[in-house]
Amino acid sequence: MDHEAPMWNEAFGIPWLSFNLSNVLMMFVASLIVFILCVAATRNLQRRPKGMQNVIEWTVDFIKNIIGSNMDWRTGKLFLPLGLTLFLYIFVSNMLGVIVTGTVGHTLWWKSPTADPLITMTLAVMVVVLTHYYGIKLRGSKEYAKDYVRPLPFLLPFNIIEEFSNTLTLGLRLYGNIYAGEILISLLLGLASSGFLGFLGATVPMVAWMGFSTFIGFIQAFIFVMLTMVYMSHKVSEDH
Amino acid sequence: MYGLTDNLIVQASGFAFGDAIAQLFFFFILLVLLRKFAWGPLMNMMKEREDYISGEIETAEKSREEAARLQREASEELKQTRQDAQKIIEDARQTATKQEKDIIASARDESDRMKESARQEIEQEKEKAVQQLKDQVASMSVMIASKVIEKELSEEDQKQLIEQYVNEQGEER
Repeated sequence: MDHEAPMWNEAFGIPWLSFNLSNVLMMFVASLIVFILCVAATRNLQRRPKGMQNVIEWTVDFIKNIIGSNMDWRTGKLFLPLGLTLFLYIFVSNMLGVIVTGTVGHTLWWKSPTADPLITMTLAVMVVVLTHYYGIKLRGSKEYAKDYVRPLPFLLPFNIIEEFSNTLTLGLRLYGNIYAGEILISLLLGLASSGFLGFLGATVPMVAWMGFSTFIGFIQAFIFVMLTMVYMSHKVSEDH
Repeated sequence: MYGLTDNLIVQASGFAFGDAIAQLFFFFILLVLLRKFAWGPLMNMMKEREDYISGEIETAEKSREEAARLQREASEELKQTRQDAQKIIEDARQTATKQEKDIIASARDESDRMKESARQEIEQEKEKAVQQLKDQVASMSVMIASKVIEKELSEEDQKQLIEQYVNEQGEER
């Protein structure tokens, strides 16, 4: 009911800068897990893949398909590392909160970093900024600018609003899903720790909800990457 | 870990701008590291495999064509050989038939000839035997007659007489 975030306000003596150390820790953990998994999977590469290499290659094909369904592969292969990293990072982040939730005293340390709106918004803004960047880089600023008045000039305000609403929905969808999952998990945990009967009553829904959260975590990572590629293709494709 | 959670976990996150910076920083680092250590080697391997497989497919295609060609040739040759063999058998059969006929014909000729000559020989022998018998009978008759009748008859007359009797006897039979 009253878990606090481990805040570090006025970091480095800068008054507007503050860190939620739990988020920083979890970002680090998620990044580390993704890195270790990927590096472990791509050591000892064989022409005939086995074990982990199959998994990572399946993931690559999965992201390839997402990109391929949105744009020409010749442009699309540029975004394969981005898509892969985004997907794995978001998926692992989502899973972190499903598997374990940890507090030390009243301080919430262990949770999904993606259950924080600021972090998901950061990712969303980063993605949208990247789409603008690649839009200009691949098609020139003239074509890029013209896109705002297509298909009709009076749609200009809507096109501009769309950029912001895309960003907002992209970030908040991920946040909302994961945060809701964590809320329910923590409610069930509260029930489970309230007593023996509570523990019995909470076990079945807990298992079910964790399974569902795993599913949601996968789906949300997929949707995030899919939308990233959709927005990207809007900016970098010649016709749409 | 769950034991530590005694109650509702309510997120008490303020607007920590540092998180955004940290997120960008971590993500960027992760992107760069993964590109260098994971995606690069993996893509290379996948590309290499793709090339390898397409090369193998090409090779397989070629050897398939080669095999088809060889098979065509082999079946052509087999057909030819079969025809040759057929011809040889046919020839042999004809030769054999001809020889058989020749042999049979010559054997028949031979047997006919032998039969003929045997018949002739028998005929001759028979005639000779008859002649001999006739002569003996005649002379024996003369002897018997001369002894029986003791009458002097010229040999000519006797002979004539005997022959006459003998002939008469022969006709009566």
